[in-house]
Amino acid sequence: MNGGFHIVVCGSIVPDPLQTLAPMEGATGPALKNEMMLPSVLDPWAGHSLYEAANLAKKVPGSKVWLVSLGPKAKLQQLMMSIAQKVAFELVVLDGPASGFTDSTEVAAALAGAIGSIPGLDRSRLLLFGGCASASRDAGVTMQMIGEQLGLTEQFLGVDELTVTENGALRVLERIEGGQYQVSECSAAPAVLAWATGNLPEPPNNPQIGMVNMRTIMPALQKAQTAAVGTGGISYQAVELPSQRRETRIVKDMPADDIAAEIVAWLKG
Amino acid sequence: MSAAGSENSNREMMSTLPGDDVRQIMWRFSERYDLQMVVQSARSVARGVVARLVADGARNNHEWTDGKAQLLEAFDQVGLTTVFMDPEDGGFIEGPKNLALSLVAYELSWVDGGAATCSLASNLALSPIHEKGTDEQRHKYMQLCAPPLPGEDRKVWRGAFALTEPLPYVGVDTGILSGKMRIVEWEDGKEPILHVEKRGRFITNMGFANFVTAAVDSDDEKIKGSCMIILEEGDPGTYDRGATTLKLVHQLSSTSDPILSLMVPASRIIGGYTVKDGVIIPNLNHSEIIESVFRRTRVPVAIMTSAKLMSAIEPVIRYQRTRFRGGSASSPGTPRYEQGLQQKDDALQRLIDVWATGEAGTSFGFAAIRLLDTFDPLERKAQKLLADKGISGRSQLKLFKELEKSALEYLTLANLPESERDAARFAELESDTLVQFMITDSLANIYCPGTKLWNTGFGATMMREAVSLMGGYGITEDCPGFLCQKWSDAQLEATYEGPEAVQRRHLSITMTNEIFLAQFRQWSKDLQKIAEQRPESGASALASGMELWLWTLDFLLKSKDADGKALYHPQRHGVVFPMADALCWLLAPREQILDMIELEEKGPENPVVASGLQGFVNFFSDLGYVQSARAAGEAGRICAELVYGYQNQLGKDADEAFASLRHNLDRNLGGARLAKDRASQVAGKVMIPEALDYPM
Repeated sequence: MNGGFHIVVCGSIVPDPLQTLAPMEGATGPALKNEMMLPSVLDPWAGHSLYEAANLAKKVPGSKVWLVSLGPKAKLQQLMMSIAQKVAFELVVLDGPASGFTDSTEVAAALAGAIGSIPGLDRSRLLLFGGCASASRDAGVTMQMIGEQLGLTEQFLGVDELTVTENGALRVLERIEGGQYQVSECSAAPAVLAWATGNLPEPPNNPQIGMVNMRTIMPALQKAQTAAVGTGGISYQAVELPSQRRETRIVKDMPADDIAAEIVAWLKG
Repeated sequence: MSAAGSENSNREMMSTLPGDDVRQIMWRFSERYDLQMVVQSARSVARGVVARLVADGARNNHEWTDGKAQLLEAFDQVGLTTVFMDPEDGGFIEGPKNLALSLVAYELSWVDGGAATCSLASNLALSPIHEKGTDEQRHKYMQLCAPPLPGEDRKVWRGAFALTEPLPYVGVDTGILSGKMRIVEWEDGKEPILHVEKRGRFITNMGFANFVTAAVDSDDEKIKGSCMIILEEGDPGTYDRGATTLKLVHQLSSTSDPILSLMVPASRIIGGYTVKDGVIIPNLNHSEIIESVFRRTRVPVAIMTSAKLMSAIEPVIRYQRTRFRGGSASSPGTPRYEQGLQQKDDALQRLIDVWATGEAGTSFGFAAIRLLDTFDPLERKAQKLLADKGISGRSQLKLFKELEKSALEYLTLANLPESERDAARFAELESDTLVQFMITDSLANIYCPGTKLWNTGFGATMMREAVSLMGGYGITEDCPGFLCQKWSDAQLEATYEGPEAVQRRHLSITMTNEIFLAQFRQWSKDLQKIAEQRPESGASALASGMELWLWTLDFLLKSKDADGKALYHPQRHGVVFPMADALCWLLAPREQILDMIELEEKGPENPVVASGLQGFVNFFSDLGYVQSARAAGEAGRICAELVYGYQNQLGKDADEAFASLRHNLDRNLGGARLAKDRASQVAGKVMIPEALDYPM
C-alpha cells in the first residue's frame, strides 16, 4: 500500500453499562434518566474498531487514524482521558447528543459532513471504520448511510478480521448467520468496515501516547462545531428496558469446560 | 445562629453519585488533563489487576508471590511508575507531583491499600535521592527506575526505604539509629569505601528491591554524624532480604526485615559529602533528609484511608437496598423490597456519618497535598537563596525570627480590601521568597501531620462503622468492596510513616506558630462570612468551634494547673495532644466547605456538572454541616475538659468567657440534624450503578 491508509473511525460515548438505565420522557423526546450525569464509556463496538484501526495503522507505514465523535463535548473530554492513552489518533468532535434515541439518518449526515471536511483526508485511501451496532441503540444502519453519503460503495458489516494482502487488497471476515464467516476480498480502499468485536484486546493505558494525543485533542474539543441532530421524523410510541432475567450465582474455581457445559444446557432449555 | 429549616421540601436533590467531573472541580484538577489521565490509568489497574488479586485471595499470604508481582508490571505498563519521575528522567508530568501521586494512591486504595503502598514505596525509596540527592545520584536512580522505552532492553529497578530497625529501636525515633558505617579503605586520591551494616524492620518492597536507601550512623571517628546512603543488590557483602513480616494487613505490598552488610563507595551518601581534616562529613544528616521526605509522603497515606470510606458508600447503599430481596418475605413494589434497610433512619444516618467523614478527609488531604505542590518550588527557591547568602543554622533562625513580622504584615495586608492596603508594600512582600516560604511552611507544618493524624485515626474508627453497616456480610472475605480488609488496613495507615503520637507531637510544636495562628484567626472570620451567605453549610458552627479553640489555646498558654504547673508544655501530652486532635477536627470540615464552594462557583462552567449542580451543592453543603457540627462538638468537649479539668475551680472571668463561647458554639449547631435528615433522604434515593465495577 503506497502511502498507507487514511482510517476514519466513527465512535462516541454510551452510558457505562453498569449504571442503572431508566428510560423517561425528556423535553425533546425519550431520554435516559440522569443521562448527562451518568459516567460514560466508549461504545464497545466503536472501541473495537478504533483498536483495529490503530493496529492496522501501525502495520501499514504512512497510515493515519482519525476518531470522529458526535456527543456532548464535556463528556467526550472525560472519555478522552482514558481512550487517548490507548492508541494514537486525531480527534474530530461534533458537539451534540449521543443519545440512543436520535435519528440514525441525521447522525449519519452530521458524521459524513464532518468526515468530508477533514483537512488532508485522501478519499482514495480512506477506510471508514465504526461499530456494526451501538450499545445505546442497536439500529445497525449508521455506518452504511455514512458510506453512501461519502460515495463509498464497498461495505462490510460485522467485521471480525481485516488483513491486507501482499498486493494491497483487503481480505475481510464478516459475521454471517450460524456462527459462520463470509470471506471477501476487496481490491483496494476506499471501503466501509463496520466492526463486530475484532480480535484485539483493549490496549493498556500509555500516558506517553496520551500526552501526545492531547496536544491535538484539547484544541479539537475547544473548536467543536455544534451538530443539530435530533429524533428527526421518528415518533416513539413507548420506550422501555428489555426485561431482565437475572439468576446470579457466585461460584469460584469452576473449570471453564463446566461453565460452558452449563451455559449450553441452559440455552437448550 | 444559623437556621436550616425543614421547609425545603422542593430542594433539589443529588440524583447520581458524584462523578469525575465533580471531583475534578472540588479537588482542583479540572484544568490538568495529565492528572485526569493518571486517575484513569490508576483506576484501570485498581479495578482490574488489584481487585482480581484480592478477590482471588492473594491477601491470604504474607509472601511476595508471582501473582502479586503482576502489580509492578501493571504499574509500569500504564505509567504509574513514571508519575514520580521528571520528564528528563522518563516521566511525563512537569513540576511538582504530590497531587498526582496522591490521586494514584486514592484510586488504588479505593480497592486495596496494600497495592497503593506498593506503588508509593518505590517513590519513598527514591524520595531521599529526589529531594536531597546530588544531580548525578538523582538522574542515575530515576532513570534506572523508569520503565524501558520501546526499543530499550533493561530491567526496571525497584527501591526500598530502610529507616526502621529491629526492636528495641523499631519506629521513627530519628535520633537513634543502630545502623552503622565505617571506613574500610581510603587510598589517596580515591573514593573512600565504607562498610555499611543495617538491619531493617518492616521494610516495604524489600522482597524485590534492587536498591535500598538506608539511614545509618557513624561508627568511625573519621565519619561525622549520620546520613542516608544507597545500597545496591550487587554490592560486595550480604544483601539478605530477611524474614517476611507476618503482617495481617496490606498483604499486596512486600514487607520484610532485611539484613544488609555491604561495601559501598562514599559517593553513595545521599546529598554527597565533604572532607575536612581527614574526616568525611555528610552534607546532610539522615534527620534532615527524612524530615523533607516524610512531610510529603505522609499526606498520600492520609488520603488512602479516606478513599476507603468513600469506596464504602456505594456497596453499603446497594446492600441496604437489596437486603430483603430474593426471599419470600417481600415482593417487588413493597417498601421492604424496594428500600430494604433504608426504610429505617438509623441505617441512612450512620451511612451519612461515614460519607461525611470520607468527604472531610479527602478535602483535608487534597488541600494538604495541593499546599505541598505550592511549597515544593518555594522551598527550593528559599534554600537556594539562603545557601547563596551563606545563611544556615542559628543565623537562619535569627533571620526567620526577623522575617516573622514581615510575614504577619503580609497576612494583615492580604485580608484588607485592595483599596485600603498599601499596594506597593503588599507587592513587595508577595514577591519576597522567604516571607512566602515562611507562610506556606507554617501551613504545611500543620496540614501534613494534621491530615495524617485525623484521616487515618478517625478514618479507621469510621471504617469500622462502615463494616458494621453491612451486618455479618461485612466481616466476610467476599464482602463487596472488601470493607473488612480496608478496616484493618486503615489501622496500619494510622501507624506507618510515623504513628499518631509522632503527628501529635509535631502539631503540638507547630500549632503555636504565630504565623499559622494569624491565618487560623482569619479563617474563623471568613467562615462567619460564608455562614451569612450559606447558612446551611455548617460554617457558623465551625467558626464558633475555632473561636473556642483559639481562646482555649490562649488560656492554656497563660495558665497553670491546680498544682501550679504550666499547662501548655510540649512534654505535657495530656494537654497538647488533645489540643492537636481538636485542631484537626476543625481543619477537615473547613476544607470540605471550601470544596463545596469551589463546586458551586466553578460547576456552571462544565455542562455535565451544571445539569445537576444544585443537587450536588445541596448535598455537599448538608454533609459539610453534619461534619462541622460533629467537629465543633468534639472541639468543644476537648476544650472544656482541658479548661476545667486541671483546676479545682476555674476563675470567674475565665469561666464566663469560656461558657459564653461554648454556648455560642452549641447555639450554632441549630439545623445540623435537619441537614443530616436531608442528606439521609438523598442517600435513600440517589441512583447507584447496578453492580460494583470490580470483582469480589
